[in-house]
Amino acid sequence: MIRAEHELHQRRLGRNVGVALSLVALIAIVLGLTFVKVTRGGGAAALEGFDHAVRPGITTPETTAGEGN
Amino acid sequence: MSDVNAYERTEEPGFGDYVALLKPRVMSLVVFTAMVGLLVAPVPVHPFIAFTSILFIAIGAGASGALNMWWDADIDAVMSRTQKRPIPAGKIQPGEALGLGVALSGLSVMMLGLAANLAAAALLAFTIFFYAVIYTMILKRWTPQNIVIGGAAGAFPPMVGWVAATGSVSLEAVLMFGLIFFWTPPHFWALCLFMKSDYADAKVPMLTVTHGHDAARRQIFIYTLVLATSALALGFTSIAGPAYIATALVMNALFAKGAWAILRRTTEAAQADGYKVEKSFFKLSLIYLTLQFGALLADAALRALGLIGGAA
Repeated sequence: MIRAEHELHQRRLGRNVGVALSLVALIAIVLGLTFVKVTRGGGAAALEGFDHAVRPGITTPETTAGEGN
Repeated sequence: MSDVNAYERTEEPGFGDYVALLKPRVMSLVVFTAMVGLLVAPVPVHPFIAFTSILFIAIGAGASGALNMWWDADIDAVMSRTQKRPIPAGKIQPGEALGLGVALSGLSVMMLGLAANLAAAALLAFTIFFYAVIYTMILKRWTPQNIVIGGAAGAFPPMVGWVAATGSVSLEAVLMFGLIFFWTPPHFWALCLFMKSDYADAKVPMLTVTHGHDAARRQIFIYTLVLATSALALGFTSIAGPAYIATALVMNALFAKGAWAILRRTTEAAQADGYKVEKSFFKLSLIYLTLQFGALLADAALRALGLIGGAA
């Protein structure tokens, strides 16, 4: 088995590790963004509101004139 | 434009060489100003969305830096300040820089659109286009006003940060843009005054090369006055508080004093003392921008703590 270790191999390893860590970071960011967007106040309801069938029960009720004053 | 055959690979590139293509020092300024633009906006942003937005604004700026290094490799090889950049040093091929620049441009715009909003993503895309195409490919080698108009590319990040938070452009965002836009000419021309031979060797039509030092000194003074007007106008908006107003008054007075000192000097006097005044003005310009944006952040913090009234 050839086990010659060269500076070139170290550079390649460093590059590969760098790319791997960057990709892992990107996955973590996309996951984090998804989590934040879905769990943010009203986020889930807003998503469900785009379902194929209209379901008034899950959308925020509109305030009619004269109410809440 | 760079000749693809001119830079023979001399050594295996490391990960850091690809990072160097993104101009990390410029990115740090972009991170800072975009962060200020986002945090002073009168709309609360989720911390993770704020972090992601600033990260991808910075990556977008880095991508335009890589495109700039791809196009300008021939100039970089001539100037001593830029000879060690990855392409002229023979570590990275021009095509790799182009690929990285295009890929990261697409990624950053797409991710900012997903994280914040489409307006911020569109503005980031325009910023990258402006820096890579309008400035690097057209203005830089064509007109001595290159850095005046090209400075807009560096002025967009706080505006992108603001739009990421609010979804639209407003007077505050325009004046933050103005703060960097009018700051760039005096900052860069002061550098050109004591780095003159580099730009002349690279045949870049810098004002100091085409119109001489006296014209550059006059332009530095004029732009400093315009900058002071723009900076003080920002003091009347909702995002400014006591910290910004005090900082703006002091820093603009110091900056105008420095520009006046530069205006009154002759090239002979400057050569005699090794461009002492120009070098100290250049250093002051870095402090100027840091403190003014830092003061906006301080006012936002005071407002958040309820110590002063205002927008947020």
